[in-house]
Amino acid sequence: MRRIISILLENEPGALSRVIGLFSQRGYNIETLNVAPTEDETLSRLTLTTTGDDKTMEQITKQLNKLVDVVKLVDLTEGAHIERDMMLIKVRASGQMRDEIKRTTDIFRGQIVDVGPNTYTIQLTGTGEKLDSFVAAMAEADILEVVRSGVAGIARGEKVLRL
Amino acid sequence: MELLSGGEMIARALEDEGVEYLFGYPGGAVLHIYDALFKTSKVPHVLVRHEQAATHAADGYARATGKPGVVLVTSGPGATNAITGIATAYMDSIPMVVLSGQVASHLIGEDAFQETDMVGISRPIVKHSFMIRRAEDIPATIKKAFHIATSGRPGPVVIDIPKDCTRPDEKFEYHYPDAVKLRSYSPAQRGHTGQIRKAAKLLLGAKRPIIYSGGGVIMGESSELLTALARKLNYPVTNTLMGLGAYPATDRQFLGMLGMHGFYEANMAMHHSDVILAVGARFDDRVTNTVGKFCPGAKIIHIDIDPTSISKTVAADIPIVGPVQSVLQDLMEIIDNLQEKEPQLPDATALGRWWQQIEEWRGKHGLWTGRRYGESDRIMPQQVIESLYRTTKGDAYVTSDVGQHQMFAAQYYKFDKPRRWINSGGLGTMGFGLPAAMGVKLAFPDMEVACVTGEGSIQMNIQELSTCTQYNTPIKIINLRNNYLGMVKQWQDMQYEGRYAMSTYEDSLPDFVKLVEAYGHVGMLVTKLEDLDRCMDEAFAMKDKLVFLDIFIDPMEHVYPMHVAPNGAMKDMWLSKNERT
Ligand SMILES: Cc1cc2nc3c(=O)[nH]c(=O)nc-3n(C[C@H](O)[C@H](O)[C@H](O)COP(=O)(O)OP(=O)(O)OC[C@H]3O[C@@H](n4cnc5c(N)ncnc54)[C@H](O)[C@@H]3O)c2cc1C
Ligand SMILES: Cc1ncc(C[n+]2csc(CCOP(=O)(O)OP(=O)(O)O)c2C)c(N)n1
Ligand SMILES: [Mg+2]
Repeated sequence: MRRIISILLENEPGALSRVIGLFSQRGYNIETLNVAPTEDETLSRLTLTTTGDDKTMEQITKQLNKLVDVVKLVDLTEGAHIERDMMLIKVRASGQMRDEIKRTTDIFRGQIVDVGPNTYTIQLTGTGEKLDSFVAAMAEADILEVVRSGVAGIARGEKVLRL
Repeated sequence: MELLSGGEMIARALEDEGVEYLFGYPGGAVLHIYDALFKTSKVPHVLVRHEQAATHAADGYARATGKPGVVLVTSGPGATNAITGIATAYMDSIPMVVLSGQVASHLIGEDAFQETDMVGISRPIVKHSFMIRRAEDIPATIKKAFHIATSGRPGPVVIDIPKDCTRPDEKFEYHYPDAVKLRSYSPAQRGHTGQIRKAAKLLLGAKRPIIYSGGGVIMGESSELLTALARKLNYPVTNTLMGLGAYPATDRQFLGMLGMHGFYEANMAMHHSDVILAVGARFDDRVTNTVGKFCPGAKIIHIDIDPTSISKTVAADIPIVGPVQSVLQDLMEIIDNLQEKEPQLPDATALGRWWQQIEEWRGKHGLWTGRRYGESDRIMPQQVIESLYRTTKGDAYVTSDVGQHQMFAAQYYKFDKPRRWINSGGLGTMGFGLPAAMGVKLAFPDMEVACVTGEGSIQMNIQELSTCTQYNTPIKIINLRNNYLGMVKQWQDMQYEGRYAMSTYEDSLPDFVKLVEAYGHVGMLVTKLEDLDRCMDEAFAMKDKLVFLDIFIDPMEHVYPMHVAPNGAMKDMWLSKNERT
């Protein structure tokens, strides 16, 4: 099963490598990984998505919690949550494809953020699934580049992950 | 407040931490530190002959005393040489603090002379690590390192120290903190009462109970509590290789070690039990055999301070996260209360029947001391351990290397006390025994310290004979000389039709007697059974001499019992070359 794990990590050099090292060392997969500073400069917030059976997931969360640099951790998939992945996608856009691409982008509520004589760069935000379907919908177009932020997630309602 | 340089702060912090010995080896990146130690420190430093031995010696010291072992090595090759010893300590959860020198901050990343990314290389084999960035952080970092290494599930901690942070001309206000607070690190202090209550009920209701205890009982200083609990309930106890000594081996309730080379009665009792109380043990694959076939009828209570040890390989029915000591105390109390209300628990008839069954197993096989000896006119390895046991009255510290000799020592030396049996279980590091014995002897100069080894293993750190000369550590080395990498040969006999691929040395072995004499020690060659006991006595009578007993044993002997693998259960064992359960 796919899980979204959100972590508050000490903003220390080497902390991230401990998290990533754990995954390779113990043979767990990371599908996406997103890390950035938070309002508290001593902490980074990390969201990662991974898959595994219940036993593996239990070990992953226990092993992560055991890392001294991991301050707090939550499995967002255990409750209601919001997940967002951001994609920048550059496609060849010339001739009649220009209109076609614009229309599809509108349907997905994406934005064209850069326009070249023969290219469009589109920005799209949503769940990983939504981004996947957009890429699928672009199958006709000539995709030049895809960049994704990886999933960032947060629990709904009153539930918060903080010190 | 005092003004000290980075190097001086390290020397002082180790003193303030109460460090008794520092095991190390100098080099460019740590010269400021060494100079500070030389000028100011009261902590004695032991100069080993190879950094791996520094870590093993510190490790042996830690296992015997329960205090953290402390190591100082230089950058680059010094640091990488320490890696095997750090990994050894990590796998067996041994408290250790390793200070490694690093090239100066401004050179880091430039492939500078003797630069290696020590924090990176050691990352998967440490409990935690630190890189010093500012000299003024040194005291607090050292305090944190000792705190992390020794609390919760113990383990090695590395502090990497760039050379510029130790320079003598920059001084800082020195203050060694009394305590540390880490917001992201707080090992469990108590077990969950509800869980402990459930465990007590399950335990008291058991008809075929067994206590399976491991290294955590020793690390958690809870041997007495465990023994009291077992005696109170009259339940049988088995120990892992790491747990030997946690329960007195000469006690009737002790079934011996369990696992791959465990006692017949221990493995049989585990397999047929209905309730297992696992305490500070981690269901290692050398214990469980095939996990899917592990103890099919048993409900499992698992006490461990590290949640990752619980349900990692075998699922626990009642997990209890907490230190053995407080959990066992709570458990005893709850059991007392329950028994007041229901004095008929546990069921005496069922327990009587269970013991009868266990005695039957015990009588049937045990380790058959004496039975196989008739088959050979050579000295049998088991007899050597029995002789060692007799001479030392079962009260020595025994370190070992890795191989058949290790298993024979574990099976035949009956450890009645914790911390007496010192070996590398998780990593299985050949070369551990001699330096570990050095560390133990330094900690307990008045105690007998024996290192049981093989001619393969001893050669992995034989250079430490020189360190033993320098620091006068008169240990006794018992070399079970079979002229093979015996454990490898055993597997080749059993699984590769006796093809001894690279498990012999041909005629290349040194004359060990002459070799140890060259280092200033005493060597004795023992080839006949009738000389064994006398030589053993003579060796131990030489109190102030390191004696190396080179004992020629039957090279064809195998370690039994041995789990049938792959696909075997706990109860599936080879009992001799041609008998199986
Ligand atoms: C050649 C060879 C053969 C071997 N054969 C066998 C064999 O036949 N049988 C065998 O048993 N082993 C054998 N081993 C050793 C095996 O590989 C493991 O090292 C061993 O089984 C692990 O022991 P343990 O379960 O006691 O765990 P340890 O490694 O000692 O771990 C201790 C556990 O206790 C926990 N703990 C620590 N402190 C506390 C505390 N204060 N409170 C609560 N919990 C705590 C830790 O978190 C950990 O889970 C062999 C090794 C070699 C090299
Ligand atoms: C550093 C290291 N290398 C290889 C091994 C694999 N190994 C395990 S036991 C063994 C043989 C040990 O031979 P010896 O020390 O003579 O002991 P014996 O088994 O003969 O008693 C080997 C090679 C190991 N455990 N450690
Ligand atoms: Mg050998």
